[in-house]
Formats: sequence, C-alpha cells, structure tokens
Amino acid sequence: MTDMTLQAEKGTSLWEDAWRRLKKNKLALFGLGLLGSFVLIALITPWIAPYAYDAQNLDLGATPPSAAHWLGTDIFGRDLLTQIMYGGRISLAVGFVATAVALFIGVSWGAIAGYVGGRVDAVMMRIVDILYALPFMIFIVLLMVVFGRNLLLLFLAIGAVEWLTMARIMRGQVQTLRKQEFVEAAISLGLAPATIIRRHLIPNALGPIIVYTTLTIPSVMLLEAFLSFLGLGIQPPKTSWGLLISYGAETMEEYPWLLIFPGMALTLTLFALNFLGDGLRDALDVRRSAD
Amino acid sequence: MWRFIIGRLLQAVPVIFIVITATFFLVRAAPGGPFDAEKAVIPEVKAALERQYRLDLPLHQQYVAYLSDLVQGDLGPSFKYPGRSINELIESGLPVTAELGAYALLIALIIGGISGILAALRPNTLQDYIPMSLAMVGICMPTFLLGPLLVLLFGIELDWLPVSGWGDIPGDKILPSITLGAAYAAYVARLSRAGMLEVLSQDYIRTARAKGLPEWHVVLKHGLRGGMLPVVAFLGPAFAGLLAGSFVVETIFQIPGLGRFYVQAAFNRDYTMILGTTVFLSTLIVLFNLLSDIVAAWLNPRLRAQLSE
Repeated sequence: MTDMTLQAEKGTSLWEDAWRRLKKNKLALFGLGLLGSFVLIALITPWIAPYAYDAQNLDLGATPPSAAHWLGTDIFGRDLLTQIMYGGRISLAVGFVATAVALFIGVSWGAIAGYVGGRVDAVMMRIVDILYALPFMIFIVLLMVVFGRNLLLLFLAIGAVEWLTMARIMRGQVQTLRKQEFVEAAISLGLAPATIIRRHLIPNALGPIIVYTTLTIPSVMLLEAFLSFLGLGIQPPKTSWGLLISYGAETMEEYPWLLIFPGMALTLTLFALNFLGDGLRDALDVRRSAD
Repeated sequence: MWRFIIGRLLQAVPVIFIVITATFFLVRAAPGGPFDAEKAVIPEVKAALERQYRLDLPLHQQYVAYLSDLVQGDLGPSFKYPGRSINELIESGLPVTAELGAYALLIALIIGGISGILAALRPNTLQDYIPMSLAMVGICMPTFLLGPLLVLLFGIELDWLPVSGWGDIPGDKILPSITLGAAYAAYVARLSRAGMLEVLSQDYIRTARAKGLPEWHVVLKHGLRGGMLPVVAFLGPAFAGLLAGSFVVETIFQIPGLGRFYVQAAFNRDYTMILGTTVFLSTLIVLFNLLSDIVAAWLNPRLRAQLSE
C-alpha cells in the first residue's frame, strides 16, 4: 500500500516530467547520446585505443586516412585516432573538473549569500560584481605564464573564473525558496543553517543549476582549447583537442586531415553539450521558474 | 542619468585599481628573474640592469614607483627588447587591433542583426531554422578552428584571398575580420531574435499594427529599439571576447597588433610587457563594459525614467 502511494507520487515528480519532455526533443537526445559515447570512449581509451599513445613510426610519416589508420597519421607516424582519443580524455576532464570547481564555489557562495541575506549578502554579491568586471581571459593567460603551465592550475584557474554566474543564479533561487513555508518550518524546528542549505535549498534549486552547468562545460572546454592553441594550456607530451588543432593548423596545407578531425571532435562535443543544455532548459522550464 | 554615469565611473575605479595591483604582484611573484636566461651576466651588469628596472628596490617601493609612472601614462620599458617602451608597442599595435575589432563587430552586428530579426519575424519556419542553425555552428566552432579552415578553403584551395598580413595586399583584411566576427554574429543573431520576439508580442506593437502602419515601419521603428537592448548589453562582454579573439586571429594571420604582442610577451616571459599590456587591456575592457551599461540604460526608457527621478 505504502509502496503504491510512493510510486504514484514519483509519477508526477518534476524529474519524470522533465525527462518526458526531454525525450521529445530529438536534438537534445542526440546531444546526450553523443556526449555519453564520447565520455565512455574517453573512460576506456587505454584499453580500446588502436595504437599505444607514444607509438611513433617515423618511416611512415604523415599519411591520409587508411584501413590501418582510420583517421590517418601525423608527421611522426602517430595514429591520429589514438591521439584524438587520448586528447579527448584531457579536454573532457578539464571541462568536467573545472566546471565542478565552479559549481562548488558558485553554489556555496550563492546559497550562503541568499540565505544569510542583509549585509553579508550585500558584501558577497558586491564582490561578485567586482570580479565580473575583471577581464578574466587575460588573467588566465597571465596565471598560466606566471605559474607555469600545469594541469591542476588550469582546472583551478578556469573554475575560479566560471563560478560567478553560478553564484548569482543560486542566490536568486535561495532568496525565493527561503520565503516558502517548508523552509520556515525547518528554521522553526531549529535546524542548523548548513543543514537547511544542504537538505532543503540546494535540492530545490537544482534545475537551473543543472542547466547552467551543462552550458558551462562547453565554455570551459573552449577556454582550455583556446589556451592550448596559443601554447599556454596543455603541454606535450600530454595532448588535448586544442593542442591537436594547433598542430593541425601548422601543417594543414600538406595534411589537412590533421586539422579537420580534431576540429570535428571538439565541435561535435560542443554541439552536443549546447543542444543538451538548451533541451534541459526547456524540459526543466528554467526560464519561467528563474524569473 | 548623470548620477548613474558618475556612480558607474566611481565603481570602475576600484576595479581598475584591483587589476593593476593584482597584476603587479602576480607578475612579481613569478618564479625566475627576467635575466635568468642570459648566460653568466657579469655582476656589475646585472646590478646595473636591476637598477634600471628598479628591481634593487624593496617590493613596496617598486609598486609605488610603478603606480606613479602609470598615473603619468608611462607603462614602462620592455624586458626583452631594451630601448623599446610598452607605450611604443601599444601605439603601433592598437590601431591595427582596433581596426580589426571594428570590422569584426560591424560584420557581427550587420549579419547577426539582420538574420536575428528575420528569424524573429517568422519563428519556427525555415526563415528561423536556417539562420539559427548557422548561429549554433558559429557558437560551437571556435575562432582558432574557423580561421585555419577559412584559410584552407579560401586562401589555399580556391586561392581567392590572401592568407596573412594586414594592409599589405588588397583583400588581406577580409579573412581575419570574418574569422573574428563570425562567433559574435552568431551570438548577436540569437540575442536579437530573442529580443525581437519578446518585443513584437508587446501591446504597443499591436497598437502600432492596429493603427495601420506598414509592417517594416512597425518592425524597424517600434520593434528594433527594444529588441536590440540585449544586443547592446552584450557589447560590453563581447568587447573582452573580441580582444581575446584577436590574440588568436592575429597569431593565425600574422597581424602586427596588440593581441600578437601579448601572446609573444607571454611566450618570452617578458614580464614588464605582460604587466603593461594586461593593465592597458584590462582598463580598456572595464571602460567598455561601463560604456555599454550606460548606453543600455539610456536606450531603455523605463530605466531612463527611473534614473532621471
């Protein structure tokens, strides 16, 4: 009996509703599928890559796509498909990890500001306003120059830049939620603010956060690729899609496939994420609930 | 209105100050001195160089001296190119980058604006889907990929346009401007479509139509002003993006502008050059954000009424 009522409640939940709407959106599903397969491939690359990452064949040199090398080889005779698969691991990892950093900082910051309110809120959001005005693209370049080009720093630097909008969205959500009865009830029950934020506010503000997260990942990946293209991001012997594009651009006159295939990998991933983000926004009806 | 403008200006001052301070100390915190690369500099020469660049002073005195130079408009000398000042480099690079940025912005506004308005006039038809799909491509295709692809297609395969330089051969400004402008055309198209859709559903548009005004008059005179507000608000952040894009485009097309200087300075670890250009570019970006805020406020009648109270 209790099981049945539980199921009935689940049937009308926001998430099931959203999933039903998302399923109707072909482009978003395509994005989800594509992204899922790219992530899966990235996870199992060490076991399925056709060649070893550092396998060179200097006698072979650069060759166009063939049966042995589906996407061709670069000037050192390295298999391009293998390079793209390993590069994708880094590009995707940067996208997800840096976004997670941004998510963590932004959500905590916004939740605290929105929950505490008053002067604390004013000061915290003032800091966000000031940081918004800072030219961050230039600052990241600067950070990479000053502290050397290491991967961890890249995660942190990008994450530290992208949290601002997240904080604003979260604060807006929390301000609306705070005034609702269930939160007032939690307060009058004497729950600690940290518990209220964690148990009641964040779960209820999840929709806009998920949507914005999905749209942050592509912009983070673009930023990484931009830095790597300029030679300020990922350094050899590691590789990423941005770095592969930059090598490809150098030799595109003779070996255009070295530019085109890594470019396709990056562009398709960005497409997938943007379609999925737009689809989620419609499915979760974020714009209306954010107003 | 004036109070709003002055208030915003006052807000910009601490931001610029933070940028200068943060940049200064970040650059000073960088591991390795600027002369480490030179093999075995004679101690006297090293001392002389350090005195010339004020590295012999304590850090806080260096900072104060730097600030007082800045106030007088002096961005300092370059480490790597002795005898060249950063002011000179900016004077030679800025006009080039400004011209490139202006063309790119023009392309973005004209192409993006027109396609966005057309899409908004017939939503959910081919007239909407085609430009919006192209806009999606423009957003997902990064500048550093689009540039080389355009070079490959129009410069090498078809051999229609020159692939490098700036103002040396006729037509060499076309590809860089398109490359830099494309992504912004895409954003402008999406923003102007959304803005126009919103505005065209308003009551005053219905009134204008009911008066029997011709459709073009309704769209261009009554709709455009409100519909373009999101685009104007986007111009501030877009300016920062255009500058970052110019790093890439100027590198790809070998254009002697500010962006290429900045990338080269970053590579050469030319610390004073990085410091000077960062301060200069950041100030520009902050001022541009300010300008687009003011224009957006001025264009929005509701906000303007609020401000003049």
